[in-house]
Amino acid sequence: MRLARHLWTVYGGYALGFASLFVIWQLASIYLVSSVLFPPPTVVFKKGLLLVKNGVLLEHLAASLQRILAGFVAGSLLGIPIGLAMGSFLPVRKLLEPYTEFLRFIPSVAMITVAVIWFGIGEASKVFLIIYTTIFIVILNTAAGVSAIAPNKIRAAESLGATPAQIFFHVALPATVPYILTGMRLAMANSFTTIVAAELIAANDGLGKMLWDGRLFMLVDEIFVSLVTLGFLGFVTDRMFRWSIYTFAGKYSPAT
Amino acid sequence: MPLVSFHDVQKTYRSLQGVDYPALEHFSLEIEVGEFFCLLGPSGCGKTTVLKMLAGFEAPTAGRILMEGRPVAGASRDRAVVFQGDDSLYGWLTAVENVEFGLRMRHVHRTERRERARRYLELVGLRGQEQKYPAELSGGMKQRIQIARVLANEPKMLLMDEPFAALDAQTRTLMQMELASIWHATRTTVLFITHDIDEAVTLGKRIGVMQAGPRSRVKGVVDVSLDGARSRTDDAFLRYYKQVYEMIRDEVAKSLSRAD
Repeated sequence: MRLARHLWTVYGGYALGFASLFVIWQLASIYLVSSVLFPPPTVVFKKGLLLVKNGVLLEHLAASLQRILAGFVAGSLLGIPIGLAMGSFLPVRKLLEPYTEFLRFIPSVAMITVAVIWFGIGEASKVFLIIYTTIFIVILNTAAGVSAIAPNKIRAAESLGATPAQIFFHVALPATVPYILTGMRLAMANSFTTIVAAELIAANDGLGKMLWDGRLFMLVDEIFVSLVTLGFLGFVTDRMFRWSIYTFAGKYSPAT
Repeated sequence: MPLVSFHDVQKTYRSLQGVDYPALEHFSLEIEVGEFFCLLGPSGCGKTTVLKMLAGFEAPTAGRILMEGRPVAGASRDRAVVFQGDDSLYGWLTAVENVEFGLRMRHVHRTERRERARRYLELVGLRGQEQKYPAELSGGMKQRIQIARVLANEPKMLLMDEPFAALDAQTRTLMQMELASIWHATRTTVLFITHDIDEAVTLGKRIGVMQAGPRSRVKGVVDVSLDGARSRTDDAFLRYYKQVYEMIRDEVAKSLSRAD
């Protein structure tokens, strides 16, 4: 009874919110826009279940996730040290800012054509695009985090006898972690946009490809399955990201 | 030989527009080993500048600052700093980890540094709070961590920049009493910056009163010969209060008229 009440206070609102979303969708597709072009959730879920059973959905899902993960990890691993260097050393910042400030205004979607010309329609072009969409946000947030460190944190370390290298690893780096994590979370959201756009244009599989095929063959149900999957996937990954921040890096969490 | 001496120190700041502001001029001061020296002055007189230069965070424009006869060059663990706010604490470290930070940087063995950190946390009255993060502690407790952190590092002197200014009145009085007893127990040399006459008379063995800026210097030094626990209602305490007050009154008026 106690547990039930606890679960209700924590997840009750969410459950209700999601339920109302599907109820409104169901009602709208029956009474408001009664058309094959706007299938109700019951039809979409039935179709989704079918696609899960025959493995098609999971195949597309795995393809998209793999690309996102590879590009996201690589982009973060590249972006963090560059951001740290830019935030720590003014000459590095001045040298690299033209690149970051110029390139970050060219949306990754605009780079799809170039990526396909350079790397073909295989995995390489997708991973390149995810790296591209990840790296600048991570760099920017990391560098901002370094410059936001309270000078007294550095001064305290100096007068406690820390060397410059120790100050970097024991003060500057941990103080920047919340900013890095925030940058990565934003980059993750961007990765979803980018992967769908890239797969729409050139891919053999993936959720974007599924959308495109749906349009091509007028499989409206499949389009909606893909859309719902994307929303669900984004929600779950973001929650997992938040959850792991609070669990494994609670003291570094951006909120505090 | 005094532990620290300022010889005819000058500090000029240049604004972004290129205008020079002479904060300190002909500033001279000597601090003896083991004394509690309060530097008192109206706001904007450059007392924090004095502390920053002695800490090694800033260099003087002219003049010499010596510690044990050697010029001060950059920060050093000889001169530990307690800052006014709590932004110098490391939010990702627990209280005990904050306190042992200096020892860890010097590769003191883990069990030894833990032991020392715990001892100093106990000295500042934070027993049982070792595993809490700074965000979980009150303003007064955070200042205690700062004090324990510098004491654990065993510096030759403590530089304290209005460490209790942001605390509420009750906590401030309590912290002053505790700092006085810690100083009696350790006899570490202290340079304590404050704008509060009451605080200076409560804590200081000597009180240096500064002029209003610009071109500030020490206007005069008052020897406070009060022993043991000082009471704000003692006649002697009030006499010193009055003496310092009369020295600083005109300076405060000057600094206010300049601020307008």
